[in-house]
Amino acid sequence: MILKSENLEAWFGEAKALKGVGLEFESNTVTAIIGPSGCGKSTYIRCLNRLHEETPGARIGGRVLLQGRDIYGPEVDPVLLRRQIGMVFQKPNPFPSMSVYDNVAVGLKLGGIRKKRELDSRVEWSLRVAALWDEVKDKLDRPGTSLSGGQQQRLCIARALAVKPVVLLMDEPTSALDPISTARIEELLTELKKTVTIVIVTHNMQQSARISDKTAFLLMGELVEFGETSALFTTPKDKRTESYITGRFG
Amino acid sequence: MERHFDEELRKLKTELLAMAGHVERSIEHAANALVGRAAEAISNIYELEQEVNREHKSVDEACLRLLALQQPLAADLRLIVAVIKINTDLERMGDQAVNIAHHTERYMADRDQPEVLVDLPEMFSETRFMVREAIDAFVKNDETLARDVLKRDDRVDAFKHKIYSDILNILQSEPKDIEQGFSLILIARNLERIADHATNIAEDVIFAITGSDVRHSPRTGPS
Amino acid sequence: MENDVEMEREMIAEQRGRTIKNVLMCSALAFAALIAIIPLVSVFGYVFLRGFSSISVEFFTSMPRPVGETGGGMANALAGTGILIGLAGLVGIPWGLAAGIYLSEYVAAGEKGAGLGGAAIRFGIDMLASIPSIIVGLFVYVVVVMPFKHFSAWAGGLALGILMIPTVARTTEELLKMVPVHVREAGLALGLPRWKVIVYIVVKGSLRPISTGIVLAIARVSGETAPLLFTAFGNQYWSHDLSAPIASLPVQIYTYAVSPFDDWHRQAWAGALVLILFVSSLNLLTRVILKPSGRAGA
Repeated sequence: MILKSENLEAWFGEAKALKGVGLEFESNTVTAIIGPSGCGKSTYIRCLNRLHEETPGARIGGRVLLQGRDIYGPEVDPVLLRRQIGMVFQKPNPFPSMSVYDNVAVGLKLGGIRKKRELDSRVEWSLRVAALWDEVKDKLDRPGTSLSGGQQQRLCIARALAVKPVVLLMDEPTSALDPISTARIEELLTELKKTVTIVIVTHNMQQSARISDKTAFLLMGELVEFGETSALFTTPKDKRTESYITGRFG
Repeated sequence: MERHFDEELRKLKTELLAMAGHVERSIEHAANALVGRAAEAISNIYELEQEVNREHKSVDEACLRLLALQQPLAADLRLIVAVIKINTDLERMGDQAVNIAHHTERYMADRDQPEVLVDLPEMFSETRFMVREAIDAFVKNDETLARDVLKRDDRVDAFKHKIYSDILNILQSEPKDIEQGFSLILIARNLERIADHATNIAEDVIFAITGSDVRHSPRTGPS
Repeated sequence: MENDVEMEREMIAEQRGRTIKNVLMCSALAFAALIAIIPLVSVFGYVFLRGFSSISVEFFTSMPRPVGETGGGMANALAGTGILIGLAGLVGIPWGLAAGIYLSEYVAAGEKGAGLGGAAIRFGIDMLASIPSIIVGLFVYVVVVMPFKHFSAWAGGLALGILMIPTVARTTEELLKMVPVHVREAGLALGLPRWKVIVYIVVKGSLRPISTGIVLAIARVSGETAPLLFTAFGNQYWSHDLSAPIASLPVQIYTYAVSPFDDWHRQAWAGALVLILFVSSLNLLTRVILKPSGRAGA
């Protein structure tokens, strides 16, 4: 069990967005977090890589343990932590005015890796793992924004993977993409979990059903149910889970 | 929130119930034909069979469509899977009723023979009760009714064995009645099959309601 | 059937009415646009007419002749303006950029602690933008010229630089604010410290548009005359020393224009034309900078 939250709470100023959520993530698995809009799922994962606190007025309670250590401990540097827990966002966001190569390499370059040979090999590795290498290997110098939407998102995945995190957080990574790009990225994720543990927030239940090993259902900041995906979708234990996944609300 | 899908599910259940009704009437006619000696009931059975076969195809088609278009989950998914299976069991029951009709016809061909029906009337009763109860369990979403059906299966099996041994005894003293005896044995077997299908339906209902698969669990005594 | 025919006729009539309205509106707008352009065209045209004949190689290369003599040019003024712009850039660009970045990345983002300081800076920038340039000139006069007891290029550059700051700061801030939040978040999520995200990703990604902001600031101050009167003052000769008074194009134009000499008047028109062409070409330059990839870097 590589990542765990214990009684995690989160506030935006006075408003409480998360009410004591406890979840465990096993290595090399895909865990999906589902729930209606505003239930706190994005807030939750942003607490996992300490991005939540970058919002003015935001704070947390409870603990998050990465490989046994509390990531909110006083001696932990959030910058270094985020090298271990990476994130991919909903809207593909390659850095402006940077080439494909530079986009993937930026985390490495600014993280201190200078040698061209090592950069080259890491960039290639990342792009291969993100299933993008074959499509861009001749276009590494083109701007990142010249790629199609699905390719841009895979570029962002490569960029996040380049710094070799142990956990990859994904916040609705395919909701801005067309069905074919979505399918490609879903295929990618099933392979990707061999390399990295994945936590994916999605509002698409079929997606969660297709690709995740375990699913957590969040409602109004609380964890309602967490279990094996197949069990949760065929025989959910909580009435609220049943109502949500069968489309009776949300 | 009421969904369009709920309307579709209601229609599906209604269609299945109509089919179940036809099957039940078939079995009733079979009982009348044999026990009540009403030969005209037999032709009713053949008519109902056409209807049941048509409904069999229609229900399967509806289920396939709902699965493809609605991608149901949880209880909705279990319900549709259960309906597909119950559909098959109902159709088989209908077939068994037709078989009973054939055997009854053969049995009644020789009318000079006195009536010896052994326990078949009681077996008919018990079987028809099980079928009614299984369908009721489906309609009312009632797990207790379904479990009761499962318990009664042993009784039907017991009837069958008693009928077999009773008929064998009779034939030992009256060997020329062997054809008739044979028909009755086959009818007993058909009824036992119908009861089995009723148990299947009950198991499917339990699955739809609770999600647990209670098939092939050891019950009291072999079937 | 009859109803349909009637409806169709009504629809056609409506359409005709709409088309007429459309045409009227478009013409009105075109007319308004034309009126807006007229001042630009007339100024340009007039200056062009008056000044074109006096543009010559001599104008660009030779020094002003002593009073009364004809001929000569504005070489020293042209060079002077260049030097002053350079000095102004040294002051205006770094401070303007820094203020713009701070306002965008820390104040606009709502950083705790940036509250009071940020409000002060914003207030300062807004005030600076509205101070008349002559007051800035007087300020630099008091602060630099008086203590050192002479006019200088430094003083002129400082005055112009101060005038540049608000333009650079505001454009920078606005452009950086246009970079979406999730680009910054993506940078942070990679495990980069805040300042690196700002410098290497946000600012670097907006270099083109930011540079146009700088070019526009330069275009603005290159025509300032009033502040230079108290700081750089003007010089009929080459300046060899930045601590000495220096000639500049706007001041030279002014000096010549208010003089009684026809020849100087002629040269003033030439100077005016050069100034207008310079500022316009700077403006056109910004369009060129922004054009190549079609997007402004964000």
